[in-house]
Amino acid sequence: MKDWPLYEIFIRSKAGLHHRHVGSLHAADDEMAIENARDVYCRRMEGVSIWAIKSSQIIANDPDEGEELFEPAENKIYRHPTFYDLPDVLKHM
Amino acid sequence: MEASMEQKFQEKIDNDIRIEPKDWMPEKYRKTLIRQISQHAHSEIVGMLPEGNWITRAPNLRRKVALLAKVQDEAGHGLYLYSACETLGIERTELIDQLHTGKAKYSSIFNYPTLTWADMGTIGWLVDGAAIMNQVPLCRCSYGPYARAMVRVCKEESFHQRQGYELLLTLSKGTPEQKEMLQESVNRWWWPALMMFGPNDADSPHTAQSMAWKIKRFTNDELRQRFVDMCVEQAEILGVSLPDPDLKWNEERGHYDFGEINWDEFWNVVRGNGPCNKDRINTRVKAHENGQWVRDAASAYAKKQSEKKSVSVA
Repeated sequence: MKDWPLYEIFIRSKAGLHHRHVGSLHAADDEMAIENARDVYCRRMEGVSIWAIKSSQIIANDPDEGEELFEPAENKIYRHPTFYDLPDVLKHM
Repeated sequence: MEASMEQKFQEKIDNDIRIEPKDWMPEKYRKTLIRQISQHAHSEIVGMLPEGNWITRAPNLRRKVALLAKVQDEAGHGLYLYSACETLGIERTELIDQLHTGKAKYSSIFNYPTLTWADMGTIGWLVDGAAIMNQVPLCRCSYGPYARAMVRVCKEESFHQRQGYELLLTLSKGTPEQKEMLQESVNRWWWPALMMFGPNDADSPHTAQSMAWKIKRFTNDELRQRFVDMCVEQAEILGVSLPDPDLKWNEERGHYDFGEINWDEFWNVVRGNGPCNKDRINTRVKAHENGQWVRDAASAYAKKQSEKKSVSVA
């Protein structure tokens, strides 16, 4: 098991919803990753679709640089609908 | 530098911002979590053994499928927790080695034997009941992957407790022998179940730090008291007595008073001298070694398939 890669598992709980990360598991190959994901994360019909991806393949930002990365969006309140003043008489918009 | 990082970390905790795997964390926080989550995972895995003992002897098919499903859930819980633990930077193989060599502990409750069929019900009622009491607050633990794993675990534990209680309820309406078996089982499990919450607060050196880090939300004694209060009514419905002459309602406190736990017994089992400590570890090691050929075969198959694929691509 030492050389079995770690897979991250994503489950779509029903059609129409996003796949959502549920956890990880080890498997010898891709096929086993799907089968193990079914047994570990879908024992009670929690899913209709499984995505498995080797953890080593995931590209992530560095959390220590998170503030700089997300800073550009921080001071742009004009991107939100509530930034705009409209009269109270306007009931629907 | 380290001090200011630690201060920032504590501020996040105080503001109920969850800590995620790649975030900076104090080494002691990491170590505490590895110890706690791995112990928890090992408890799920070893916890399969006392029940596995009874699968082939379940009295009917309904009880058998329920017990099988419960034991399978416990394997699943172990796997959720091992994967949460691995996000802290420790390998699965190392965790398993720690269990097999005795370096890591698991819940002492599983070092008691399951002598009768009634024990399958009592484990569900009292042992899973105590586990739920411990686990529900962990759903709000400060470490994200642990908290998320616990949400899944808690959803499934409810079935475990209910199937156990239903089993006992059936015995409670049965023959005199069945009623006697039920009472005898409760007598054996009551005190070990209370010990599951750990030492008294005064003797629990890690509690203060774990509370400050919001790994723990309530102390051992708080949770134990809640458990006792809850069980009294449940015992009445079953028509069993709880084996404690000091158990009585305290109007002033608004809680049940209960007798002193035998802490010598507790520490004796923790140190490895319980009735089944050696047997449990031996069984685990044997299962792991006997499964080696399966892991080898899976690795060989995966290698062959990937070689085939690369040939066909070329």
